[in-house]
Amino acid sequence: MNIKRIITLGAITLFLAGVSFWIGQLSYSWFPPQASAEAILYDDLFSLLTGIGTFIFLGVTLAVFYNIIFYQAGRYNTSDGPPIEGNIKLEIIWTAIPLLLVIAIAVISYQTYDQMDLHGPTEIAHLPQMMDAAYADTGQSTVESMTEIEVDSQQWAWIFRYPDQNVTSTELHLPVNQRAHLKLRSKDVIHGFYIPAFRVKQDIIPAKTIDFEFTPILEGNYRLRDSQYSGTYFAAMQADVVVESQADYDRWLKKAAKQIPTLAPNQAASEYARREQKSDSAGWKTVVPAPAPMVNYHP
Amino acid sequence: MTTITNPQELIPETPKTPPDWRQYFSFSTDHKVIGIQYIFTAFFFFLVAGIFAMIMRGELITPEPDLLDRTVYNGLYTMHGTIMIFGWTFPVLSGFANYLVPLMIGARDMAFPRLNAAAFWMIPVVGILFILSFLVPGGPSQAGWWAYPPQSVQNPTGNLVNGQFIWLLAVAISGVSSIMGALNIVTTIIRMRAPGMGWFKTPAFVWTVMAAQIIQLYGLPALTAGVVMLLCDLTFGTAFFDPAQGGNPVLFEHFFWFYSHPAVYVMVLPVFGIFSEIFPVYARKPLFGYKVVAISSIIITVLGGLVWVHHMFASGTPGWMRVLFMASTMLIAVPTGIKVFAWVGTIWGGKLRLDTSMLFGLGGLINFVFAGITGIMLSSVPIDIHVNNTYFIVGHFHYVLYGTIVFGIYAGIYHWFPKMTGRMYYEGLGKLHFYLTFIGTALNFVPMHPLGLMGMPRRVASYDPEFAFWNVIASLGAFLLGVSTVPFLLNMVSSWISGKKAGDNPWRAIGLEWLVSSPPDHENFEEIPVVIAEPYGYGKDEPLTENMGG
Ligand code: HEM
Repeated sequence: MNIKRIITLGAITLFLAGVSFWIGQLSYSWFPPQASAEAILYDDLFSLLTGIGTFIFLGVTLAVFYNIIFYQAGRYNTSDGPPIEGNIKLEIIWTAIPLLLVIAIAVISYQTYDQMDLHGPTEIAHLPQMMDAAYADTGQSTVESMTEIEVDSQQWAWIFRYPDQNVTSTELHLPVNQRAHLKLRSKDVIHGFYIPAFRVKQDIIPAKTIDFEFTPILEGNYRLRDSQYSGTYFAAMQADVVVESQADYDRWLKKAAKQIPTLAPNQAASEYARREQKSDSAGWKTVVPAPAPMVNYHP
Repeated sequence: MTTITNPQELIPETPKTPPDWRQYFSFSTDHKVIGIQYIFTAFFFFLVAGIFAMIMRGELITPEPDLLDRTVYNGLYTMHGTIMIFGWTFPVLSGFANYLVPLMIGARDMAFPRLNAAAFWMIPVVGILFILSFLVPGGPSQAGWWAYPPQSVQNPTGNLVNGQFIWLLAVAISGVSSIMGALNIVTTIIRMRAPGMGWFKTPAFVWTVMAAQIIQLYGLPALTAGVVMLLCDLTFGTAFFDPAQGGNPVLFEHFFWFYSHPAVYVMVLPVFGIFSEIFPVYARKPLFGYKVVAISSIIITVLGGLVWVHHMFASGTPGWMRVLFMASTMLIAVPTGIKVFAWVGTIWGGKLRLDTSMLFGLGGLINFVFAGITGIMLSSVPIDIHVNNTYFIVGHFHYVLYGTIVFGIYAGIYHWFPKMTGRMYYEGLGKLHFYLTFIGTALNFVPMHPLGLMGMPRRVASYDPEFAFWNVIASLGAFLLGVSTVPFLLNMVSSWISGKKAGDNPWRAIGLEWLVSSPPDHENFEEIPVVIAEPYGYGKDEPLTENMGG
């Protein structure tokens, strides 16, 4: 390799690195707000992988276009290219570098995973140090433990129970900056508990109770969606999540506890009722949605 | 000794004309006829499932579920995915394997020609069952192509013959067909290579086909077992997977993914093979690192069997298992990366000719790199947790299934069209087809990635208005992809009828299939070739065989 080539290659590499870094930074804007401690860890990891990925993608694409532009055969040129069959050194390099790269990505992913403390259901509930670790990165200091909330899913409704206060609701309320402990249950089929703004997701297996935790850090309204296909009204199985200050949360709980249970609106049930009334319904027979739930609180 | 009455009988019959079209509707045992039967049948189902996709994208162009009833959307997306996999991708690749493998290895036919024909004729049955299931009360299966219980066995009509029943039946038949095909292909490759064709003189396509078919042999029994158990749950009231009666629904997920992840490699490996055949021809250079490319296919076969749990990162999988499968999944990137770099090495500094097949090859390569990068992201457990079951996944796997596999298949069809038909296709129409397809793919499938990151779940007939923008773009891209098949069909039909005569080897390609006439005679080779060189001797001026030149 002569000097000129090294300089060109170096310049291209630098340029690609710059573009990749920029796209990596841009990737933060592709997500919903970072409403949980997990989301911050998540977006950092995603940004890193986006940067690496952009570099590889641009590198390969550039190589292809370089050859398309400079090595196209003329129309009547029937000659062959140089009969190069391989290059052991190159092949070793392009085996070793990806290998090291994926090992590095696996290690970093594992660390993030560990910090997020996303437990699988068969693991022991929690290890306090790890909770702190997830927290440390957010710059927050107080971690208080919160009572458990039971999440009941069925075709096609979410019901949240606060057993200590004897409150049921179709809206999930959570105090900000506290580790939320949920017990996920399903009455019928597999559902998925998914709040995009929190970057967390867990399948809910019927006949099992799955412990799930995460830490909301930003007050606001978010969406909870069913993420594991559950039949006809799957797309309508959503709920609102409200993250609020401890004081607001306590007030809400008190108020809700005093209300007598009423019928909550339920999209699946009402769509189904409408469909049954129309005799010209175009659809096929479906599993009948569970009746709209009776809860102390609904929006 | 009896006297010979008719001297004509002594002259061996060598039909120089292509087989009569009626032969394609018969129980032919000629691997070339069967190959084309597979490709045609599969393409028909591709169009059917493609029309389903157009209707789905029509529904998804607005947030409300206004075009279709939700049950109809669910039936359509289920059958779209199912038919695309069991009616299009598997069969079309079986078609390529059937047509090309005996020609490439210098054999006169497959090892078991009748088994071959029987395996093929199950495919129309499978596809027609899928389509007919729209007509039974309650409609087709509405459980997605994973058919996870308990949802898949809910059976709201209560009928014995319901959409899910037909779905399971058809998938089981398709499995039997695939096992028969796999046995045949693996045997053919191992036993029937021409004299002199050692493993490292065997073309890369043949290597990849073998690697893929070995997966069918170890994987399909698991799927078939899972499907039969599910059928029993659905029909006979057993409770293998019913949690209410002590069954375990997650067990089905294991059965399903133990096969269906490796199945992805069954689909993509032969396409890697097509790339490896095409790049040397149109770059006029040997396949870079041919031996390593060949072996990496086998490594993928082995590793591919050890990664299935990455589909279940969010299904209640214990932490240690998540991490283990993250590691194995990432490892697969290494042999795959070797292939990508080898292809780039192949075209590097060559004499490139951008015929339609090469355009589809290069386009497929770039799309595959994109898909591979999102794939690495997904293998990282924490990343997957958020995007699992969102449109990010739909974007990722369509970049594999459409951007890579369909592109590779188109590349292969254009490349071997002169061999199969004896005629050339029209380059202009071919290029138009490529550009429409490439742009359509990007417009359709790139927007699915941001949608997934924003949190739009897959398998939804309606969505929140915040997702509308990207969905409109995706739908427009889908309609463009629909349009892009028009120049392709026009090209194929008109070229087959009135294209320029191709001659034996219009691309000046190296390979046994290019040494025989186009289309090849019934027996392929009058004399079995004796191979003396490696398969990609571009620029080396050496003969490929001892007796037939090349
Ligand atoms: C014009 C081309 C295509 C379009 C517009 C298209 C569109 C879609 C859409 C929108 C979905 C998501 C459905 C949902 O989650 O609600 C989907 C799912 C799927 N598609 Fe395609 N697709 C196309 C081509 C293909 C091809 C060529 C293949 C395979 C070779 C394929 C295989 C699948 C599979 C396996 C699914 C998953 C089905 C499921 O979730 O069970 N698609 N497609």
